[in-house]
Amino acid sequence: MQTNEQVLPLPSLDIAVPGCQEDEYELVYHKPSTLVEVNMHYCPGCAHSLVHKLLMEVVEDMNIQDKTIGIAPVGCSVFAYDYMNIDMQEAAHGRAAAVATAVKRLMPEKYVFTYQGDGDLASIGIAETLHAINRGENILIVFMNNAVYGMTSGQMAPTTLTGMKTTTTPNGRETSLSGYPIKIAELMAVLPGSFYVSRQTVHNAAAVRKTKKALEKAIKYQDLNKGTCLVEIIGNCPSNWKMTPTESSKFIEEEMIKTFPVGDIKLPKAEDLKTKLEEN
Amino acid sequence: MTEAKLMKGNEALAEAAIQAGCDAYFGYPITPQSEVLEYLAREMPKHGRLVMQAESEVASINMVYGAAGAGFRSMTSSSSPGISLMQEGISYLAGAELPCLIVNVNRAGPGLGTIQPGQGDYFQSVKGGGHGDYKMIVLAPASVQEMADFVFLGFDLADKYRNPVLILSDGAIGQMMEKVVFKPYTNPQVDKSAWATTGKPTTRERNYVTSLFIQPERMEVHNLKLEEKFKRIRENEVRFEEINTADAEYIFVAYGLSARICQKTMDLAREKGIKVGLLRPICVYPYPYKRLEELASQVKCMISVELNSGQMVEDVQLAVKGKVPVEFIGKMGGLLFTPEEILQQLEKLIQQYHAN
Amino acid sequence: MLEELIVAGFGGQGVLSLGMTLAYAGMVENKEISWMPSYGPEMRGGTANCMVSISSNKISSPIISRFDSAIVLNQPSMDKFEARIKPGGLLLYESGNIFKPSTRTDIDIIGITATTEALLMKNAKIMNMIMLGAYLQLKPVVQIDSILEALKKVLPDKYHFLLDINRQALVRGGEMAVLSKEQTVA
Repeated sequence: MQTNEQVLPLPSLDIAVPGCQEDEYELVYHKPSTLVEVNMHYCPGCAHSLVHKLLMEVVEDMNIQDKTIGIAPVGCSVFAYDYMNIDMQEAAHGRAAAVATAVKRLMPEKYVFTYQGDGDLASIGIAETLHAINRGENILIVFMNNAVYGMTSGQMAPTTLTGMKTTTTPNGRETSLSGYPIKIAELMAVLPGSFYVSRQTVHNAAAVRKTKKALEKAIKYQDLNKGTCLVEIIGNCPSNWKMTPTESSKFIEEEMIKTFPVGDIKLPKAEDLKTKLEEN
Repeated sequence: MTEAKLMKGNEALAEAAIQAGCDAYFGYPITPQSEVLEYLAREMPKHGRLVMQAESEVASINMVYGAAGAGFRSMTSSSSPGISLMQEGISYLAGAELPCLIVNVNRAGPGLGTIQPGQGDYFQSVKGGGHGDYKMIVLAPASVQEMADFVFLGFDLADKYRNPVLILSDGAIGQMMEKVVFKPYTNPQVDKSAWATTGKPTTRERNYVTSLFIQPERMEVHNLKLEEKFKRIRENEVRFEEINTADAEYIFVAYGLSARICQKTMDLAREKGIKVGLLRPICVYPYPYKRLEELASQVKCMISVELNSGQMVEDVQLAVKGKVPVEFIGKMGGLLFTPEEILQQLEKLIQQYHAN
Repeated sequence: MLEELIVAGFGGQGVLSLGMTLAYAGMVENKEISWMPSYGPEMRGGTANCMVSISSNKISSPIISRFDSAIVLNQPSMDKFEARIKPGGLLLYESGNIFKPSTRTDIDIIGITATTEALLMKNAKIMNMIMLGAYLQLKPVVQIDSILEALKKVLPDKYHFLLDINRQALVRGGEMAVLSKEQTVA
């Protein structure tokens, strides 16, 4: 297969790296083998690279690389297939859930997920998303919510906070003109077809661990075939928020989670879990 | 198996899809083709195949994308307004080189139009339709038998070229009943493992399906590859039928339902001693330019007969390169011309040519 | 041989199935056939019609503008199609539903009280088969046996008990046509 070009060359390191004997050290961390060995094009502090890694860690941990098919969106993560070392399809803008529907229905033994941003899922693709969940498609929808259109450089998204400045809301989002930040997780949790709905962040280490846990559960639940799992992740977008990565994490903590409260929003029913799944 | 059946065009097409080994069908109701979805909703599950009523044509075509991308024989069908909604998805399918079968049971438009038959989607079908540079093989059935036959052919051509194939029918061919015989067919079972997303084993690199080539140089390479494919299609897949062209002084050029009506006109005209023939493009893309150019040297005039305001006539003009006049007889609004009406117009044209 | 026919009436009168049965019978006899219905909203509560061609040769156009025969089951259809019957052609109509029949003198015009007859036979739904029987008496384009053969194939097994009443209707229609023709001639 052809792979995409490197976006940025690695800066050369002038620091002397101390030599060490391999056997003197215990390996405590490695990049998952399910990630492709290339540099990602994401900006410093962007949540995408981190969430890509978490997702691929889960795939590696579960040893399901050969059974996992991902659907990439249009948006910043349009190149997801350049980084995730699994079979993937790149969907038209907003249509990932429809694409995933067909893939999963035809190969029910595979693990299928979509990876979509807020413009893709919550704006242009809300119909496909809602109907896929309403049919209880046995897939995972990873919903990256960073409150802006990233790829097109910072326009208002349906999830943009009230009063938040973007390139298309220069004076801040006015609800009288542009409506309210849309709460996808709460909205989709209402549908009987959704099985597990959770909202997480990745703005600090504890949050990252929780997010990974949520993703792991959501993928494992496909073994139960009980409905759609949706994990909404509030993601940092320092570039378009015009902040440093540290400031962006603070913004999530102080502002974003007021509109988008974090935690599990819909939990599977206990009797559904008893059947065959071993909860971690 | 080879016993003749009496079936509606839409039903024959649906039955053919099953016999052609279609793994998955995704559709949305719209007149005059809802019978396809209804028939398959009833019959596909009996064969363990997937049939889904999508929430929109937009979802249908993207489900086709997902299914085709995973290597399954997949198809959708709709009628004009629904096909317009699918154009984005069709462009993606062509860009990502995914084989699939799309059926347009053409009704008259523009806009919501009417549910009666039309051929107003000719340009959309043969000149691209969606955004970007791509083409589809477009098969235009003129009978219930061809509604069935072209499903088998269409799937095979789609697999052969890794490209969407369109069956361009119309409301009348879809709704009418005729005899149909299903010939024995073997699915060639094309190996799609080199690109289909079925899950990456350790033994191969990952497969990904995309139409994105952000680097202009890479995009151009891809465009040139597609162009080379469309060139092969133009060289190998031209299909047409000729009736009474050997001694013809006038030639009707018509496809689908119009060709059937022209055939009757031709019979009436020949009874009156008018030497008229018919060239029926079976594929409207690729188009029989070469054959029309050859015929141009022997006739007084070519007449494109269409249920629209004059679309294919431009291809006839391109074909004959100004060697003979090209005339147009059309009808719109979902109305059909009668054979006699066409004959009248033909006689008027002949008078003109004699006057000159 | 080429017979081009229109069957027209209200939705629910069995217009489409009359035409379809005839087309199927043509196929039983290895003839070329086509059946072209009106479709869409015009079938709901309004008028319905279908064009049937039966031929010994390949059929060119399934769209018929001038008819060899017309079977007309309501007034709007009479008004719409009467003028399009070829001179020398046949107009067969259901008299109970038509208050203003054609005044043309260059075609055969036969009226049948098929609705009343169907009620007498205690099955309103066989009106269309009475009309078909009458039509085949006047224009024997296919054998009655072929119609019965067609019905056997068209009707699901659970409705095969209706084959006999259909046969009776076809026969009764034929008799009525003979009677009506004699009256017309007289």
